[in-house]
Amino acid sequence: MIEIGHVTRKFGAAVAVDDVTVTAPGGAITALVGTSGSGKTTLLRMINRLIEPTSGTIAIDGVDTRTLKPFELRRRIGYVIQGDGLFPHRSVAGNIGTVPALLGWDRPRIRARVAELMEMFQLDPAVYARRLPHELSGGQRQRVGVARALAAGPRVLLMDEPFGALDPIIRLKAQDDLLALQKRLGTTIVLVTHDMNEALRLGDFIAVMDAGKLLQFATPAEMLVRPATPFVEELIGTGDRPFRLLALAPVSEIVEPGTAGGPPVPATATQYEALASLAWDGRSAAPVAAPDGTIVGIVTVTGLLRHAARPR
Amino acid sequence: MAVSLRPDKVGVLVAVIAAAAAASPFATFKANRIVAGAPRSLFEALPPTGAAILAAVLAVAVVVALLRTPGWLRLAAALAALGALAVAIGAVPAHLTPEGDRLARVGPSTGFWLSLVAFAVMAADASIRLRLGPLARIVAVLLVALGVALLLRTGAWDGLSVMKEYAGRSDAFWREAGRHVALALGSLAAAIVVGIPLGVLCHRVPAVRGAILGVLNVVQTIPSIAMFGMLIAPLAAVAAAFPFLAALGVGGIGAAPAFVALFAYALLPMVANTVVGLASVPAAAVDAARGMGMTARQRLVRVEFPLAFPVILTGIRIVLVQNLGLATIAGLIGGGGFGVFVFQGLGQTAIDLVLLGALPTVALAFSAAILLDAAVEASRGRLA
Repeated sequence: MIEIGHVTRKFGAAVAVDDVTVTAPGGAITALVGTSGSGKTTLLRMINRLIEPTSGTIAIDGVDTRTLKPFELRRRIGYVIQGDGLFPHRSVAGNIGTVPALLGWDRPRIRARVAELMEMFQLDPAVYARRLPHELSGGQRQRVGVARALAAGPRVLLMDEPFGALDPIIRLKAQDDLLALQKRLGTTIVLVTHDMNEALRLGDFIAVMDAGKLLQFATPAEMLVRPATPFVEELIGTGDRPFRLLALAPVSEIVEPGTAGGPPVPATATQYEALASLAWDGRSAAPVAAPDGTIVGIVTVTGLLRHAARPR
Repeated sequence: MAVSLRPDKVGVLVAVIAAAAAASPFATFKANRIVAGAPRSLFEALPPTGAAILAAVLAVAVVVALLRTPGWLRLAAALAALGALAVAIGAVPAHLTPEGDRLARVGPSTGFWLSLVAFAVMAADASIRLRLGPLARIVAVLLVALGVALLLRTGAWDGLSVMKEYAGRSDAFWREAGRHVALALGSLAAAIVVGIPLGVLCHRVPAVRGAILGVLNVVQTIPSIAMFGMLIAPLAAVAAAFPFLAALGVGGIGAAPAFVALFAYALLPMVANTVVGLASVPAAAVDAARGMGMTARQRLVRVEFPLAFPVILTGIRIVLVQNLGLATIAGLIGGGGFGVFVFQGLGQTAIDLVLLGALPTVALAFSAAILLDAAVEASRGRLA
């Protein structure tokens, strides 16, 4: 849990972050969204004290960050930046082992941890451990960047536009991997992005910033349904709002009793995927299959559309 | 192997220089060491067979240069031509000097030097076309040095006028060689020790950057003679104030002002390259280093220096080559080095003595340039 209390940061006369109070819940992903110059990156960098607040307090799991030396604080917090920021002169293993080495782990322990992380990120240590960053693809570099941030097992991970340099297809895969990873490790993640789609896809919570101020902090569904200001509404885009709402919830939430023909829809699929599948097949209903393959009921176009409508 | 009839561009250059060489005297004959020399053509300077063989080797090399031939063939032809020239010039004195004449001096002339330039250009061009790696280039320099050492040791060149100058003062030659190298390397070491921290300071504190680089730029524009003049008074005063320094040889003239001057000239390239090198480190890598909890010192040692190293090494290369050449000036103020022979020779109008100082200086600077360029490339190679 990261508690940010009345934090302000001024650069000369300019106020980059203006009296922001927000709590990023523990074990969840909080997406910090805003246009460039909104103060979102400044706010993120104040959490690990790369930038010091002009006023206000920041506490991580109840500990005021000012009670630690900045470099000690940063070694406990994972940090991923856009364009990966890998050290070009160090091998993949050397990059991933950076923080453990700073913490004084012995070599066998570092080596074992690096191998474990590389396996976790689908990078065969035998093939990639000795490679230099410029010998990797963009997607591989990004994974090394995240692995490096997680090397010392931090409770908190800060990510600044982590997928900004990736092409769209690799980006989707990287986002899925991050979601799976977060579920597995339960890390508290704060992620800065300018892309509301990414925020809706990844965030358990979304904080929208503009001109240094926090405009709204809410779950994705709530933000879609009840944007706090016209600016938030504009950021979300009203055109395909119903579909985005459907994309947030699984089919399992709206299973109806009954029977239907044709291939089943997995219960874990999003409602958006179910609607797309039905629309493409020209069906009005489809059976829903639980992960073990048993049919648990049906999903109907009517049911889906009812769920896509604005709540009253 | 298809050989195009259109001539190779560098080959044309080589051929033009070689043609000029053929039209110039190959060697000079002097009745004694200070009179003006009389030119001797290639066929006058060597016995007919020897002259014909050398002419044939050079002609073949020029043909190889002109045609679009593969790199290894060009390199082999150029090295063969250079080797033939080196051996041939050693044979000239015996042919030209009358029996029993101990005063006559024989040395290479325009034709020889132009040929040397022509085929050195061809060899350098061939080594670039072959894309010789750093290690191969270092080995090549060592092989050439070994060849020259062999020719010197076997006495093949002993008849040449430069070597006669050497024969009379071999002790002085090695003493001044030691001083020359000590001056150049010592002032380089001092410039590294002072220049790199100054560069780091300029990088970390932008406010002082303009002032430091500005002062060093002005220093760089002071002519060396003026620099010595400016150093005489303060160094003499220092020596007078601290007798132990005077005992160490510090004074208004001698090695101390030469050392200080070389050091002062070396600072700008060292500091500037350190600043440029540090500025070229990717901002994302530095940000990541901070974000992961490196202290300022760890960041400098583990991230910034390794990434800036090729540029800093380029600065060291510039300074070393510059120092090896500039150290000659030390001869003017009693600082020793190869300059001693250059200025003695100028005073006596004995051009052979000037060459005794100049040739090793050029050879040292040239080898240092090739070796350090190779080192810079090797240090960059890993980052690619």
